[in-house]
Amino acid sequence: MRKLLLLSIVLITGLVFTGRLFYLQVYNTSFQQLSENNAIKVIYDYPQRGYIFDRNGKLLVANQPSYDVMVIPREVKPLDTLEFCNLLKITKKDFKEILAKARVYSPRLPSVVIPQLTKGEYAYLSEKMYKYEGFYIQKRSLRDYEVTHSANVLGYIAEVNPYIIKQNPDYQMGELIGRQGVEQQYEEVLRGVKGVKYIQKDRFNRDIGPFKEGIFDTLPERGKDISLTIDEVLQQYGEELFVNKRGGVVAIEPSSGEILALVTAPYYDPSLLVGRERSKNYTKLYYDSIAKPLYDRVLQGEYPPGSPFKTLTALIGLQEGIIDTKETVACHGGYTYGRGRKLGCHHHKSPLSMVGGIANSCNAYFCTAYRRSIEKYPTPQEGMTQWQRHLESFGLGNYLGTDLPSGRPGKIPSAALYNKVYKYPEYKWYATATISNAIGQGEVLLTPIQMANFTAAIANKGWYYKPHIIKNIHDVDTIPSVYTEKIQTTIDSEHFAPIIEGMHDAYNYGTASFLKIPDIEICGKTGTAENYTKIDGKRTQLTDHSVFIAFAPKDDPKIAIAVFVENGYWGSRWAGRIASLMIEKYIKGKITRTDLEKYVLNGSLEAEYAKPYSGEPFKINQ
Amino acid sequence: MAVGTSKVRFDWLTIFFYAALVGIGWVNIYSASLSDASAGYFDLTQIYGRQLLFIILSVVLIIFILAVDAKFYERFSSIIYIVSVASLIGLFIFGKNINGATSWYSFGNFGIQPSEFAKAATALALSKYVSDIQTNMQEIKHQLRAFIIIALPALIIIPQPDPGSALIYAAFVFPLYREGLHFVYLLLGFFAAALFVSTLAIGVPWVIAGVLLITGFTYFKNRKRRPRVINYAAIALACIAFAFSVNYIFNNVFEQRHRDRFNIVLGKEIDTKGIGYNTNQSEIAIGNGGWFGKGWTQGTQTKGNFVPEQHTDYIFSTVGEEWGFVGSVLVIALFIALITRILFLAERQKNQFSRVYGYSVAAILFFHFFVNIGMVTGLFPTVGIPLPFFSYGGSGLWGFTILVFIFVRLDASNFVHS
Repeated sequence: MRKLLLLSIVLITGLVFTGRLFYLQVYNTSFQQLSENNAIKVIYDYPQRGYIFDRNGKLLVANQPSYDVMVIPREVKPLDTLEFCNLLKITKKDFKEILAKARVYSPRLPSVVIPQLTKGEYAYLSEKMYKYEGFYIQKRSLRDYEVTHSANVLGYIAEVNPYIIKQNPDYQMGELIGRQGVEQQYEEVLRGVKGVKYIQKDRFNRDIGPFKEGIFDTLPERGKDISLTIDEVLQQYGEELFVNKRGGVVAIEPSSGEILALVTAPYYDPSLLVGRERSKNYTKLYYDSIAKPLYDRVLQGEYPPGSPFKTLTALIGLQEGIIDTKETVACHGGYTYGRGRKLGCHHHKSPLSMVGGIANSCNAYFCTAYRRSIEKYPTPQEGMTQWQRHLESFGLGNYLGTDLPSGRPGKIPSAALYNKVYKYPEYKWYATATISNAIGQGEVLLTPIQMANFTAAIANKGWYYKPHIIKNIHDVDTIPSVYTEKIQTTIDSEHFAPIIEGMHDAYNYGTASFLKIPDIEICGKTGTAENYTKIDGKRTQLTDHSVFIAFAPKDDPKIAIAVFVENGYWGSRWAGRIASLMIEKYIKGKITRTDLEKYVLNGSLEAEYAKPYSGEPFKINQ
Repeated sequence: MAVGTSKVRFDWLTIFFYAALVGIGWVNIYSASLSDASAGYFDLTQIYGRQLLFIILSVVLIIFILAVDAKFYERFSSIIYIVSVASLIGLFIFGKNINGATSWYSFGNFGIQPSEFAKAATALALSKYVSDIQTNMQEIKHQLRAFIIIALPALIIIPQPDPGSALIYAAFVFPLYREGLHFVYLLLGFFAAALFVSTLAIGVPWVIAGVLLITGFTYFKNRKRRPRVINYAAIALACIAFAFSVNYIFNNVFEQRHRDRFNIVLGKEIDTKGIGYNTNQSEIAIGNGGWFGKGWTQGTQTKGNFVPEQHTDYIFSTVGEEWGFVGSVLVIALFIALITRILFLAERQKNQFSRVYGYSVAAILFFHFFVNIGMVTGLFPTVGIPLPFFSYGGSGLWGFTILVFIFVRLDASNFVHS
């Protein structure tokens, strides 16, 4: 016993220490994190963000230097707060709040005190900064917009918020990230790679040189420049035409799917979202809940397409073989179905074949075609499913998959939807119950870019490329492969000729005959879409949306366009005019019909938009 | 029996463990004290360079110790002890104050710390006394004399002040127990320590309640044997008096730095920037090692000098960070192996003097190891004592070298007898 006591204690001690070491070194990893935090400082070297050009090499977005006042809270020494606040031109209360917030974020990592100083402010401040320990000025690169348009396309860059930091640990407080538009979509291309320097610190938090002789350090890599498919001239012209109007234009080059113009109105100057006034301006745009300038109508707006949709109804009819180009359909002021129910039509000559039906936008003709397409199958469900399949092949009823970060799927109703609405199989429903779909009303909703896309598909006689905004990523000289893959629709190409002919006739003698452009063969289709809103909870009809789709030239389409003017009344009134002007501008490079241009530039729909907010009864479609 | 006769055989295993620990120790001191101004391993302006010199001088010392006849150590133990105690007393007159403690004789750039050598001297003197044919450890008179031999250097060291070094003298209770000291003394020591800690941890009222409960319960259990109430009352009273005196000493005799150190370990204060900084940084450094460590001279905590006194008392945190769990356990295993080897050899000794001395060596090494690693890994309060063979310092290294190699010499001659 006496021999064994010390020996036992020695052995037990060995076991206890082994256990303790296991706990410290293997089991509890929090010590490893603590070590990384207190021994190594990470310094980032920010690269220049890539430039953005238009399709013709015109510079749209460059960079300008900017200076942020930063703070590392735990390094702050007592200071003359009043003097410092005066220097920074902020109140003592704000200063305390900013500092408290920075401390909450991290006592060790830098936070922004004052973002984006001007050069003048920087020059003045930089002389005095030495007095304030823990504060320093960091140079940063901000966007410098060379144009005043395309804010919706370009997007903007802003400081990351705590949510983004949580999602993506690559970012740190005060760093910038692309928001919306191509800035967001091509963030990783544009931002480049930030350089990292690891600095070994000692216990007094002093730098004692690079960590491991800098083997982990990296150099910053400049962001890559990109070219957009946007035609800067056309885009600017589009915005000008939309002055005092709401809506938008999407122009696509049918042969490539490249977006030539993507205009949404009202719009704003992208420079508003740069600099110290950024957040004030943003708030102003954000809270404009009536005009909604931040709402991209051409990407996010889901509207009933109206008559342009009839081209698709005709194509489906031909593909399904339930109508041919020669058959004529009589129209007695509308389409009568069921027990005396009637879908009205405007005045035109009757009867009409397909080409005439499109040119004159006859409701009766397309209701007939639509009904036959559905009723071709034993049940309306099967017919509806076939119909839906055709439309989806045009990129409708789902996200189009463009390289712009916002978008909406639109809506192509399915059999399941009607089963639900009409409580099938308890009750039955037939093609006639969904007849409004024939003419692009009813349950059908499209975004303007979807309309431009199906117009391009018609121009191409049955195929399209996914619309995209990226023309080229410099140095890499490639774009994502999804935008170079041809997509076939379910409609055979021989069926497109009569539709194109009808659209051409709409310009020759039909609904858009007064919008002809000398020397250019245009194919178009007007649309006048009924729409409703809720005023004080009551469903109220508003003035129709003015819709127009077109492509030109007829035989070698260079541009396919969809124009949408909210509450613009009939199709050729506003949308047709804007489309006509933009096609001329793009193809000819100049406008010959200056009267028409003047009319559009001076035209305003503000009075129309004010009506629902007036609080008084109002008349529509005046 | 002189060196050179073929029958002298040293225990090479002990020598191997010693050499391994000293070697690994130096490798870690090198890493902990590496700076930009380094010019080779043998740079005397650098800590690791000086330690290398100390190690080389140790080899000379070892040859000298092993060359001397084993009988010398037994015969001259009293004189060695007296010289050692005198050198401790001399500190009060000639000593040099370094870091607040007057524990050094200064010779130019080098200092000698006599308390490091006093351990070996005390071990020799105690062995000599205990192995005397007339000494009987069952007798109070002899116990008292042995106690005086141990306590004399400790009492001189405490007011220097160096309570950490003085604490080590408690290790001698183990050889005394081996030689017949009653187990009660160990128990008393253990209970005193337990009472001490619990008084500080939970406060006097709870300790009183606990003491009364336990004595009451044991009395109740043994009541059939008709115990005398007075005995139980006396024990309880003694415990309570002890608790009160601990409380008094803690609050009135201890300095604030001592109080802080105890409070941190007892979890009463969590203050990682102040006094708990050492322990906290040491734990971070060790934890940073993970399974296999950061690699030699690659420890970020070590490089940043986050752990104070890392080349001396906290040298084990470098082992932990740079060699990881695997390396740390290897070092622990080497220490355990050396101590158990010495214990094994001590039991093998033919004469009592060698056995008592061997036990003393093992107990002293163990106490240093136990208190130091316990402190560095945050298990015990911060008590500034070095890790044998590892911590930087000539006196410390030589002190332990003398301690171990006198035993190696004694063991070698013992072998010849057989």
